[in-house]
Amino acid sequence: MKPNLKKYWSRNLKYLLILLTIWFSVSYGAGILFADNLNSVRIGGFKLGFWFAQQGAIYVFVILILVYVRLMNRLDKEFDVDEK
Amino acid sequence: MDVQSWTFTLVGITFAMYIIIAIWSRASSTNDFYVAGGGVSPLANGMATAADWMSAASFISMAGLISFMGYDGAVYLMGWTGGYVLLALLLAPYLRKFGKYTVPDFIGDRYYSNIARTVAVICAIIVSFTYVAGQMRGVGVVFARFLEVPVNTGVFIGMIIVLFYATLGGMKGITYTQVAQYCILIFAFMVPAFFISFQLTGNIIPQVGFGGTLSDGTYLLDKLDGLHKELGFAEYTSGSKSMIDVFAITFALMVGTAGLPHVIVRFFTVSKVRDARMSAGWALIFIAILYTTAPAIAAFARTNLIETVAEKNYSQMPKWFSNWEKTGLISFEDKNKDGKIQYVADPNKNELTIDRDIMVLANPEIAKLPNWVVGLVAAGGLAAALSTAAGLLLVISASISHDLIKKQIKPDISEKSELVWARIGAVIAVCIAGYFGINPPGFVAAVVALAFGLAAASFFPAIILGIFDKRMNKEGAIAGMVIGILLMLFYMMKYKLGLFGGGTKDDWWFGISPEGFGTVAMVVNFVISFTISRFYPAPPEEVQEMVESIRYPRGAGEATHS
Repeated sequence: MKPNLKKYWSRNLKYLLILLTIWFSVSYGAGILFADNLNSVRIGGFKLGFWFAQQGAIYVFVILILVYVRLMNRLDKEFDVDEK
Repeated sequence: MDVQSWTFTLVGITFAMYIIIAIWSRASSTNDFYVAGGGVSPLANGMATAADWMSAASFISMAGLISFMGYDGAVYLMGWTGGYVLLALLLAPYLRKFGKYTVPDFIGDRYYSNIARTVAVICAIIVSFTYVAGQMRGVGVVFARFLEVPVNTGVFIGMIIVLFYATLGGMKGITYTQVAQYCILIFAFMVPAFFISFQLTGNIIPQVGFGGTLSDGTYLLDKLDGLHKELGFAEYTSGSKSMIDVFAITFALMVGTAGLPHVIVRFFTVSKVRDARMSAGWALIFIAILYTTAPAIAAFARTNLIETVAEKNYSQMPKWFSNWEKTGLISFEDKNKDGKIQYVADPNKNELTIDRDIMVLANPEIAKLPNWVVGLVAAGGLAAALSTAAGLLLVISASISHDLIKKQIKPDISEKSELVWARIGAVIAVCIAGYFGINPPGFVAAVVALAFGLAAASFFPAIILGIFDKRMNKEGAIAGMVIGILLMLFYMMKYKLGLFGGGTKDDWWFGISPEGFGTVAMVVNFVISFTISRFYPAPPEEVQEMVESIRYPRGAGEATHS
């Protein structure tokens, strides 16, 4: 692989690692593993753990994809591998 | 107008619309037929993906399920949305750059092996058929309840409509009908939700009303927890499944979602890699609208239901109660002969049985909404079931005409006869699906869960490793897929169908239910693929080059044939 593309790929993997860590922490972390602990915190009528499991995680998923799209579009341009 | 005339009118208008769209967008090449000519905009593709994804189960059954599961319902909410993050980040852009028509195409080319391709075709067909049978049944049920025709007639009408636009338009026809179907189904889902949220909490947005207060000043969810405690149920906001099982089921559903061929194939229909990424984003936005509303509806419906029936006199039940009693979906047995309905957790004292599927369908009636809303829900349920059925049929027809006939049996087939075969494939698929819809095998529920487990245990690791591990070879991938699937099948048959000696909840491995076992089978697949691949030579040079080239977007042409 050309050195340029190698760098592009490792940056891509770094983004994936960060985004998937967030993906895991909101759903499996906040929504399942630590849901009981978070349930002692309340926002409005929601217990926080319950809110993450049934609402919050889904909102974060949407944001994650949008952030990924932005990051990758920028990265493609930076390394000149975008589609003309 | 009464409910039935509204239903006929709305269903008639929407069906006419689907047919007009199908005629306008008929397919003239295999490229049109398999991937809609590859020129669908990310927004339209996102909408079509959402309609494709959200089936009769999401529309009709999910809110009801959550309503009875409380917190545990999160396995579906997170499981069926979180998979899109995996799709967008790990699969869609690379598969789009690869640029072929089907999932078996990728597996066959990446692993330079027709055995791998055949394994993938078999998986794709099994997964899609088990899914589509359930959809046809859903169509039948909606027809039966709202148009008062027999279930089988309903299945038949549904078959003819799907057959018409799937064979005529292929992916192109399906995509544009699905855009229309998404609009109808989301409108039909949201209107009653707005009404009910406003009635109960004074806030029109269900996602906000969910955490809001009732007219007596207590929070809705606190009230619900209190009611549950009184009646002896597990607290609504804590649920009753074990943590490891919730974890495993959620994971299996997410990974299964990302491995389902009819979802993956959608990302071949856009023209660029960046569009593939964005269209996964749009798809999830459109799906999230329904998936964040469903748990709110579940809580509203649960509260309404308990308040209406618990400890009330049977003779004073509202009209919807007796309507649904007639269908057998609600039943009351006055065990202690006091004329009141005891709805409690203790099965010896409980006097009320409710089918969870009626929650969404009965909701407008329970909340006393106008007749046109009830008709709208019927049209929405049909849109959800038809759009999913059509998407699945296309996968089956492409597997037959493209992966089997073009790639293996008769490679020199002309484009024109391949198109004919694609249409024949669609006709065969509709007929078999219709047969299952009319004569549903008793194990349908078990089999639908199996579809996710199968996809998780077979496709997902093979595709991920194909993209991210250049060293992965055919020996590793085939061994992983075969062992993953067999392990999953074994576990499901043992604990769902009672084969191989059967077993109960206490015998589950690691306390994981068959629904969640896809997670274990997937891990096994990964480990086996990885280990075996290291004992065999690396894949040929040109395959390694292909893996490199799918990793960056430049040069993605149209999805092609060769």
